[in-house]
Amino acid sequence: MGEQTLWALDGIDTIIEPGEFVAVMGPSGSGKSTYMNMIGCLDVVTEGQVYIDGSEVSSFQPDELATIRNEKIGFVFQQFNLLARTTAEENVKLPLLYSQIPESEWSERTLKCLEQVDLGPRADHQPSQLSGGQQQRVAIARALVNDPVMILADEPTGALDTHTTEEIMALFQELNEKGTTIILVTHEPEVAAYAKRQLIFRDGHLVSDELTANRVSLDIDNSSLVSNEQ
Amino acid sequence: MNIFKLFKIALTALTLNVMRSILTMLGIIIGVSAVIIMVSIGAGAQQEVDAQLEAMGGNVLIIFGGWNNRGGGGTAAVATLEDGHANLMLEQVYGVEAATPYVLGKSQLIYGNLNWSADIMGTTNDFFVTKNWDLESGRGFTAAEMNSGEKVVIIGSIIKDELFGASDPIGQSVRVGTFNAMIIGVLKAKGPDTRGDDQDDVAVMPLKTVRTKITGISKSSPNSVSYLEVKGSDTVSMAYVEEEITSLLRQTMKVADDKEDPFRIRDLAETVESRAETQAIFNTLLAAVASVSLVVGGIGIMNIMMVSVTERTREIGLRMAIGAKPDDILNQFLVEAITLCGVGGLIGIGIAFGVTYSMETYFDMVTVINPEIVFISLGFSALIGVFFGYYPALKASRLQPIDALRYE
Repeated sequence: MGEQTLWALDGIDTIIEPGEFVAVMGPSGSGKSTYMNMIGCLDVVTEGQVYIDGSEVSSFQPDELATIRNEKIGFVFQQFNLLARTTAEENVKLPLLYSQIPESEWSERTLKCLEQVDLGPRADHQPSQLSGGQQQRVAIARALVNDPVMILADEPTGALDTHTTEEIMALFQELNEKGTTIILVTHEPEVAAYAKRQLIFRDGHLVSDELTANRVSLDIDNSSLVSNEQ
Repeated sequence: MNIFKLFKIALTALTLNVMRSILTMLGIIIGVSAVIIMVSIGAGAQQEVDAQLEAMGGNVLIIFGGWNNRGGGGTAAVATLEDGHANLMLEQVYGVEAATPYVLGKSQLIYGNLNWSADIMGTTNDFFVTKNWDLESGRGFTAAEMNSGEKVVIIGSIIKDELFGASDPIGQSVRVGTFNAMIIGVLKAKGPDTRGDDQDDVAVMPLKTVRTKITGISKSSPNSVSYLEVKGSDTVSMAYVEEEITSLLRQTMKVADDKEDPFRIRDLAETVESRAETQAIFNTLLAAVASVSLVVGGIGIMNIMMVSVTERTREIGLRMAIGAKPDDILNQFLVEAITLCGVGGLIGIGIAFGVTYSMETYFDMVTVINPEIVFISLGFSALIGVFFGYYPALKASRLQPIDALRYE
């Protein structure tokens, strides 16, 4: 009632450079999801600007936002959001369907991304035939397939056990080492500890922006990743 | 996103739920096949009617006499139709091309040890014109044969087959009841007439021959005939000819003004056409009922598409998150609905072809599938897909990515 306006985010001014690994933290209702939706072009700001890879996207129309999401951003979700009864390969290929990338490159890109997450041999498996960790890795491959400027991961380990969480986070670190920008939303400090930089939100405000003090670094090599899953 | 890719996505989505897709298509399948079958039966019936009209050779009136006129209480004389009336009509009614009298009888035809019972028709050479019949071989009657009532006969193709088989009957002598007659001609085979009577099972002789040797001469009306046939020219209305003949006959037969006609005139083409019209109305009705089922099928598709959009809200959200534009989503669901309808329509066409083929093969029905109705019904079912698929597709495309992703 009344004219009181509630700002989900207020006075946020952040810059994330290429190659960063940022964890976005905060309790429920702190605004961290809204922040991610803004930079993920899933939602638009009411005031202010958002720049992605040099484009000012806050004034974009739905179609333009879709193109930005397709070309610049790779999403990883808590619930994986894979298409059921569809093979891993087809799932990974999905963003290419909406892209300008020529069809002749699709298979090569898809398989390369599946190999990057160590699921090359499982290309023809459907989600129901894969474990939770493997499903999330398919989702990560899908996020990588369009060669985005950043990966946005929203509670990517929320549905996984501790051991699998470690594997996924190691994979993110590995990808980051190779140059992929990663922005990770989580409310678990243990998960945030894998990132290089931590943003903490509270009540719509950014209350802390610091480098991770005791960064966890898991140097699990590829072979152990595969063997752990099997 | 090109249309080919869209159809691929749609087909993939539909094959994930084969049973549901088939059940959804059922309404369209039944509707399309029913419409095509009904229209084909109608077109087949129309083709038969056209063939019959063609065989009749157009404008022909048949005049039956012998209608006792008992109106007014007195014992009125029976005004009979006579062969002389034919000439009167030809001379006095404008537009009459030919008028033929007929005397009908029945007799045994015997050749060697073969025996065949046939209708005997006594008439003049004009029957070739009014009945639109042709000779297969031989000749018609000469004037001399007509005048003296010679024992000559023109036989129908069935009689020729039954009595002579493959050999040439021309010039042969055949026994007709109590006398021998010479075969001078064979008629071309024609098949059954409009009422299903076989027109090839008939022997034609000069009017006088039949009257004197087969039916016998009636004492009260020596010149009476069974019926007359009149062929009108294409340029006059048959209604006019009918009217003129009626007044001519009433005058000739001296029918009092307050009495009814002692004869009946039937327009054959009109009879066939009115029957065809009834048939056409009936078929149109059935096709209309069938198209209702097409609409019901369309509503079924809309229903399933609505369910599908709700069920796949998260999928829609995901597709939007990874770069699908609202139009991509709209097109995807629209194409899914069109594919459902189109595939259903194709199956329906297949079924219609199967059913009409078996109707022709096993039930001896004439059906005509014309390509237009096939394309129209296929196009119409695709249109139903667009119409009933649009709303659910629009609903899907209007979803906000974040809402759709969070949908439980």
